[in-house]
Amino acid sequence: MNIIEVNNLTKRFGDFTAVDDVSFNVAKGEFFAFLGPNGAGKSTTIEIMTTLLSPTAGQITIDGHDTIKEPDAARRAFGIVFQDPSLDDELTAQENMDFHGVLYDIPKEERYQRVEQLLKFVELWDRRNSLVKKFSGGMKRRLEIARGLLHHPKVIFLDEPTLGLDPQTRSHVWIYLKNLNKTENTTLFLTTHHIEEAEHVADRVAIIDHGKIVAIGSAQELKDKTKTTSLEEAFLLLTGSEIREERGSIASQRMRMWHGKRS
Amino acid sequence: MFKKIYILWLRQLKRYWRSKPRMIGSLGQPLLFLVALGYGMGSVFRQAGQGNYLNFLAPGVIGMAIIFTAIFSGIEIIWDRQFGFLKEVMVSPMSRLEIMIGRTLGGATVAFLQGVIVLLISMTVGFWPQNLVGVIPALGVMFLVALLFTALGIAIASPLNDMQGFQLIMNFLVMPLFFLSGALFPLQDAPEALSAIAAFDPLSYGVDAFRGLLIGSSHYGLGFDIVLLSGFTVLFIAIGSWLFSKIQI
Repeated sequence: MNIIEVNNLTKRFGDFTAVDDVSFNVAKGEFFAFLGPNGAGKSTTIEIMTTLLSPTAGQITIDGHDTIKEPDAARRAFGIVFQDPSLDDELTAQENMDFHGVLYDIPKEERYQRVEQLLKFVELWDRRNSLVKKFSGGMKRRLEIARGLLHHPKVIFLDEPTLGLDPQTRSHVWIYLKNLNKTENTTLFLTTHHIEEAEHVADRVAIIDHGKIVAIGSAQELKDKTKTTSLEEAFLLLTGSEIREERGSIASQRMRMWHGKRS
Repeated sequence: MFKKIYILWLRQLKRYWRSKPRMIGSLGQPLLFLVALGYGMGSVFRQAGQGNYLNFLAPGVIGMAIIFTAIFSGIEIIWDRQFGFLKEVMVSPMSRLEIMIGRTLGGATVAFLQGVIVLLISMTVGFWPQNLVGVIPALGVMFLVALLFTALGIAIASPLNDMQGFQLIMNFLVMPLFFLSGALFPLQDAPEALSAIAAFDPLSYGVDAFRGLLIGSSHYGLGFDIVLLSGFTVLFIAIGSWLFSKIQI
């Protein structure tokens, strides 16, 4: 059974086509990696899949729920660890977790238990009553991950989850995720620039470039197809080695223009 | 459903409580108005046969504290958007309407509290309500005005991506709403053009209702004030909810 179905997804911003007629499926319980260079359309695709952005054309279902027609049912089925910070700095670590637990209807007892378990897991339990604004970048990142795992959704989107984590925490997080994938049959949808990490953990990989999917299959299949020995080489062969300009959000575009003017 | 609205509301109150500098800072301006204008213009006002200016002014300054805090609370969703927290709320299984209600109630409560503090401050510098029984319904109207302007703030902020429009909103919306509302001068003797403009300003009816309840003098009539305030509130909540539901991140 496919827990995620993406059919003919297109997203245009003015003349620019960020996602160009993309279709793919993810099976229930699969560990799926969605790779691509900067500006390839990864983030836009995830934003549409997670109902933050509406598509220009095409259709997505998550756990059988159309993300446009039944957004709340679709939202209930997934969790997400965002690439960018999304914590409330003026709340404590525990308050951020509790807030999330209430939004996702986790019963009180269970919520307390899981918050404690997860905060201990990311080693923030001792700091649970500190305001998030006092946290370092790595601590915030760990808290984001813990929060994304608080409710046990059927699908977890992980948008560059290990960005800015040290190798210890990273391996810790991967073990937890793989375990979740096995014991709860949670579907994991991952984007990352650590290609070797994806090769290591993912059942199946899709590579997107210029808004189109250029390859999809297991890491072995992609390597065989490109006659390369690592997924990283296959990735470079498929997407070329030139460096990309990221389109980014409106805010960062403005910032870039601002810096441009000054320099 | 109520639990989710409650937690959104609670978050706003915690943020308010924790930002003491902001809380105190936003009391400076009303205090300045009360002292400088209330005392400074008092003798001129009395000579003009209008009675005690501080008593006339205090309800206006309460209105000022409420409108500034309420619109600012509504506009705070731009921060939530820039700092990413809005995404956390927007991907959760909570309808846009519930989010809008939670935020409006939270922002309105903060603005209401700010109004109450200004009421207490004005009572320490010489303002005294005509009869204390009127204070209770006045608190109700204060909350209504707070709701109205928080919803307006959210409606304005929903289509905006960053804080660049903030000065524009302050100078071309909040300031005119305040200065043209009759918060500082009596509307009955104002030039016709000015009273005509004031009639379109929701804050005019808010301040007028405060005066009706606190000092027993009302220009439009208390019933009329409350009907119009309720109408504006429903309208702004509807517009705000609609614009909020259109937000794309």
